[in-house]
Amino acid sequence: MSCIEQMKYEILLDRISYKEARAYIENNSEEIYYVAPGYKIFKDYHIIGVPPVALGVKGNALIFTYTKPCYGTFVLTVDNEESIKEIAKLREKETKKENTSVKKSKPSKKAKKTQVSFSDIWKK
Amino acid sequence: MTGTKVLLLMGCPEVPIQTSIVLYLSHKLANSGFDVTVAGTGAANKLLRVSDSESYYVKKLENLDKTLERVIEKKTDFDLCFAFMHNDAGMTYAATMSAISRAKMYSVIFGRNADTLAETIEFDCEKLVSKVVHNPSQLKNMLDKLVKERST
Repeated sequence: MSCIEQMKYEILLDRISYKEARAYIENNSEEIYYVAPGYKIFKDYHIIGVPPVALGVKGNALIFTYTKPCYGTFVLTVDNEESIKEIAKLREKETKKENTSVKKSKPSKKAKKTQVSFSDIWKK
Repeated sequence: MTGTKVLLLMGCPEVPIQTSIVLYLSHKLANSGFDVTVAGTGAANKLLRVSDSESYYVKKLENLDKTLERVIEKKTDFDLCFAFMHNDAGMTYAATMSAISRAKMYSVIFGRNADTLAETIEFDCEKLVSKVVHNPSQLKNMLDKLVKERST
């Protein structure tokens, strides 16, 4: 049994397809983060999902999907200290990603500069 | 094929043919030298275990979520995976397995909505699609053909 079933959660949607659940999260969250299937939230819940797996944030609440083989996909929300920690983790991950992409973009600018030949500069 | 690790990933056992076809394929692959593991929900595993109480056809039977957890945590992995599905949740589990594992994926899609469900699959896999519910013969023949092709 996953830790989710022992937590205080609210069911926002039940027994729907994964794509419907993802669309709901995308349309009803203040912030959306995309993670890979298997991303772990709370103590031991690895998210089952079709990539890209969406996680939503609304205030201090985390909105996520929960799939059961016989019942389909549910959209759940948890609003407590644990969700605040998870949201902080997602924001930190996003910031790191942005920083990495900024760092990566620098060499490409440099590369573009080196591609300009002396004759091109002369033409200008 | 000795030592090739195969996972048979069972979905919801609501459609009758799943249990019989998994027992059949597990035994067939094991006889061909594959190292077979079957993973399913509590209900799917109970159906299987009662049908095969002496563990003659299925030697390794595991909990579906625990197996995926071990693949995610890189404690285990498989070379081939046959994902059995007849609903969107089964497809979602197979998509997850496809994303977390290096296994070559085979999607075994059955039940009345098999064609529609097959169209929703976006991950890289070989599809075996049959609208069967009660009679496993057509799916058995498709799997026989596939195993024969792969073994030669």
